[in-house]
Amino acid sequence: MAQHKINYLQDNGAAVKLTTIDKLVNFGRSNSLWPMTYGLACCAIEMMATGASRYDFDRFGTIFRASPRQSDVLIIAGTLTKKHAEFMRRLYDQMPDPKWVISMGSCANTGGMFNTYATVQGADRIIPVDIYLPGCAPRPETLQYALMALQQKIRKESIFRSIKKKRLV
Amino acid sequence: MRKYTPKDSVQKQAYFTDRFFVSPPVPRFNPNSDEIFAKDFEEINYSINVQEAFIEHTHLVIIIDKSFLISCIKLLKEKLEYDMLMELSAIDYLATRDGYEIFYEFLSLSKHKRIRIKCFLQKDESLESVTSLFKSANWSEREMYDMLGVKVVNHPNLKRLIMPDDWYDHPLKKTYPLQGDEAASWYEVDKIFGKEARSIIGPEQRDPAAIDRYDTTRFARLGHEVPFDTDISEFEPETNISYQEENTSKIMKKLKPEESVVLKRRR
Repeated sequence: MAQHKINYLQDNGAAVKLTTIDKLVNFGRSNSLWPMTYGLACCAIEMMATGASRYDFDRFGTIFRASPRQSDVLIIAGTLTKKHAEFMRRLYDQMPDPKWVISMGSCANTGGMFNTYATVQGADRIIPVDIYLPGCAPRPETLQYALMALQQKIRKESIFRSIKKKRLV
Repeated sequence: MRKYTPKDSVQKQAYFTDRFFVSPPVPRFNPNSDEIFAKDFEEINYSINVQEAFIEHTHLVIIIDKSFLISCIKLLKEKLEYDMLMELSAIDYLATRDGYEIFYEFLSLSKHKRIRIKCFLQKDESLESVTSLFKSANWSEREMYDMLGVKVVNHPNLKRLIMPDDWYDHPLKKTYPLQGDEAASWYEVDKIFGKEARSIIGPEQRDPAAIDRYDTTRFARLGHEVPFDTDISEFEPETNISYQEENTSKIMKKLKPEESVVLKRRR
């Protein structure tokens, strides 16, 4: 017998793995989270570093997509200004369900140091946020940890529950 | 120079009172006898009524009336080889002098020198555009209009540059609040969800140290833990949490806290 040949007759010959639909679907969902290629400010530099070869986001199955229609995670990477808020919301609305949002950095979380007239004081005024990632700017490891936290959150979700409409209003 | 204050008891004072940096005055020199600018100044003074002129920080500063502005800039560009408009903006003097001071900063690439033209604009007056002379004035004048509300006539495309088109008021005015007015604070909510959503989303949280004690989703309540997302605004449960180490004697494990007396102080 070749060394790596699969023994189909183990477990009394049943090539069967038992699981639940929830786990199976969430296994797929959580391990291929595709965020949108979308940066707003300096956090985007860290996001790019996370995607590049040293930190390598791809090993989480996370591949940046250039279209909101193909992505299921929105990483709000940077300062969200009031002028840009409606475009951000439009991009979010264009993403197909199920979708998740990571608010990356202090500016996206609360407005951060930009306690001024032109900055949205927390992106959750516009978009429902799943993971708040602190830092200014968060290091790539932190963004990876946020993604892992999001994966854990997704794995706990039930796929059969009625999907809560992710709309504030 | 800023006023001297004795610094002996500075640590006893609650706050340091000088809020902003006050730049020390710079010596101003007469342009008539200056070897770099004398000729230029003579040329300008010949054809234009100069109100005040001096050399400051190696820049020739010329203050003129706004009616001479275009002819002066034309002269600078065509005769004196000031071929670059570096910067153009306004300074808000609405409170003290009821108007704006407009400044134009020019650079001569061939002669390596800089000149600044200043004029004063009353609040309700409008400024003539210099876009026909310098293309770079296009966005600068738009920014000036956007930030300070200076109206520019004969501009090809006078609309806001930085703020959104439907923004209310001009944010670089001294009277504009830093954290925005009523319209600014609801701008994104009104734009995306409509005015009726204001009550659902709520006002902006501007206090960076704000903690809502009834918020059980974002803040830990150490010592008074409740399950995630419990509404405790009506009733805050008295949570009596005590901890017992695991590898303790058997009698300690048997004892229940409600049946035993907890000593407040070691005897």
